[in-house]
Amino acid sequence: MIDKKTIEHIAKLARLNITENEAAEYSAQMGKILQNFDMIAKVETGGIEPLVTPTEIEAYWREDQAHNTATPEEMLTNAPARVGNLYKVPPVV
Amino acid sequence: MSFRGYEAVIGIEIHVQLNTASKIFCSDATNFDAGDNENVSPVSAGMPGTLPVVNKKAIEYGIKTGLALGCEIRKKSVFSRKNYFYPDSPKGYQISQYDLPICENGFITFKVNGVDKTVHISRAHLEEDAGKSTHSGEYTLINLNRAGIPLLEIVTGPDMRTPAEAAEYGRAIRQIVRYLDVCDGNLEEGSMRCDCNVSVRKEGSTQFGTKVEIKNVNSFRFVEKAIEYEIERQIDAVERGEKILQETRLWDPDKNRTFAMRSKEDAQDYRYFPDPDLLPLIVTKEMIDEIKSKLPELPIARAKRFQDAHGLPEYDATVLTTEKSWADFYEETAQESKNFKASSNWIMTELMRELNSANKEIAHSPITPKQLGRMIALIDNGTISGKIAKTVFQEMWNSGKDPEVVIKEKGLVQITDPATIEKLVDEVLAANVQSVEDHKTGKKKNLFGFFVGAVMKASKGQANPELVNKILQEKLK
Repeated sequence: MIDKKTIEHIAKLARLNITENEAAEYSAQMGKILQNFDMIAKVETGGIEPLVTPTEIEAYWREDQAHNTATPEEMLTNAPARVGNLYKVPPVV
Repeated sequence: MSFRGYEAVIGIEIHVQLNTASKIFCSDATNFDAGDNENVSPVSAGMPGTLPVVNKKAIEYGIKTGLALGCEIRKKSVFSRKNYFYPDSPKGYQISQYDLPICENGFITFKVNGVDKTVHISRAHLEEDAGKSTHSGEYTLINLNRAGIPLLEIVTGPDMRTPAEAAEYGRAIRQIVRYLDVCDGNLEEGSMRCDCNVSVRKEGSTQFGTKVEIKNVNSFRFVEKAIEYEIERQIDAVERGEKILQETRLWDPDKNRTFAMRSKEDAQDYRYFPDPDLLPLIVTKEMIDEIKSKLPELPIARAKRFQDAHGLPEYDATVLTTEKSWADFYEETAQESKNFKASSNWIMTELMRELNSANKEIAHSPITPKQLGRMIALIDNGTISGKIAKTVFQEMWNSGKDPEVVIKEKGLVQITDPATIEKLVDEVLAANVQSVEDHKTGKKKNLFGFFVGAVMKASKGQANPELVNKILQEKLK
C-alpha cells in the first residue's frame, strides 16, 4: 500500500487535482503495481553492472546543422489556447 | 574570512549555453533573435513518437570545456531523464546526465584581489535547456525556442568562502568559455546562468550547515550581493536560534534581498533513470586527444607567457588577456612592431579609449593590428615622433588608412635634417632676443624648455626632439 499522503504529494508534483476517493483508489492500485516490482527486486543482482541499454550498437551522432522542420503555425495547431505565436497555459506562479 | 564569527561555505552551479547552430537533440536553429516558437519542431515540443539524436558539436564543446577545466573525460557517459512537471518542459522530463556525467574531477585557478584561488570542479554534464515562461498573473505564456538548446552545467565543490571568490569564479568561467568559443558568455541573454549554494557554520566547525540555493542570478555583481545578503540572513537566523530551512530562494535585485521560492513540502523527486531513447555516449581516446590538441592557450598561461617571453608587466599581461580577441590583437601588433611594451601601451591606452567611446568591439576596430604594428615601427625607426604618432593614430582611426599613407598625405614625416632644424632654431632665437639674453646671463632660469617648445611649435611638432635639443644647446653656449 502507498499511503494517501504520498499519493497526494505525487499528484501535486504532477500538477494533478485528485479527489479523496481517487486518492484512496490510487493508493491501492499503486500498491499493487509496486508489489509486482518487489518480485523483481528479489532477484539477486550483486556484482552485476546496471544495464543502461540492452543493445550494443554505437550511438549515431548528428552533424551540427540547423534546419527548422516546422512553422510556428504548425507547432501551435494543437494548442488549446494561444497568444500570438505563444502557447497560453494556466498561471504557474 | 570571518562573518561575525561564522564562516560561509559556497558552491556554484553555472549553466553554460553552448553556442551550437542547432539544438542538442534535433536540428532546430538556436538563434536568440528568432520569432516566437519559430525554432520548434515535434522533437523539441515533446510530441509522442519523436526520437532525440545527439548533436556531435555539443559533445565536442562539452569535452573541450571539460579538458580546459582539467577534468577527466568519461569514455562512456549516460543521458538520464530528470522528471518534473512544468509547462516550459514539454516532455515532462529534462534530458540530463546524472550518475555518469561526461566530465568530472577538474579544477580552475583564478585571482581574487591578486591572490591565486583554486576551486575544485566536481562535475560538468550535458543537458537540454527548458523553454521560456512569461507570467502575467492571469495566465502563463510559453516560448519553446530555448527548449533543447545544449547546456553544460558546471558544478564546483563547496570550496568558496567569500562572495568575492564566488563572483571571481564566475568571471573566470566566463573568460574560459569565451576563449574556447563554446559560449558567448552573455549573461543578460541567459547564455550563462548561476545558481549559488550557500551555508554558514561557526568558525572552526568542520560540519556543513544546511545549504540554501539561490537561483536566477544574472550578473556576477549580483552573485556577490546575493551571497552577501544570504550569509547575513543565515547568521541572523542562527543567532536567533532558528533552524535554516533547506530551500530554494530567488534574488531580487531591486530590493537587494533573497526570498523563498519553493518550500520544503514542494521538494521535487526527480526519479532519474537512463533515457531509453538514447544510447550511452561513447567517446574515444582519439576524439579526446584530437580536441585536446586544438585547445587554445588559456588566459592564465597566456598572461604568464606575455610576462616571461615579452617582458610585459603583470598588469599589462592581465588586462590584455581578459578577452581572447584583445590578446590576439596584441600579439599580431607586437609581431609587426617588434616592440612588446609599446604595442601593449598603444592598445591599452589609445585604442581602448577609442573603442570605449565608440562602443566598438576590438574585432571591429578600424585600425588593424598590422597597421598599428607598422605605425609603432615607424616611431621606432624615427620616421615619425611619438607625438606626431598620436595625430597619425587619430587619422588612422577616422579613415582606416595605412600609417604610411596618412604620413604622406598629411606631410607628417619627422624632420631629421640638421640644416632644416638649425634654420628653425635660428628663427626662434632671432625672434626672442631678450629671452636669449636672459638665458645667457642667468637672469631667468628654465628658459631652455621654452626654446625647445617654440622650435617644436615652429616645426608643427615634426622636428626630431633630440636634434632640436642638441642644436639649441650648441647655439646657446
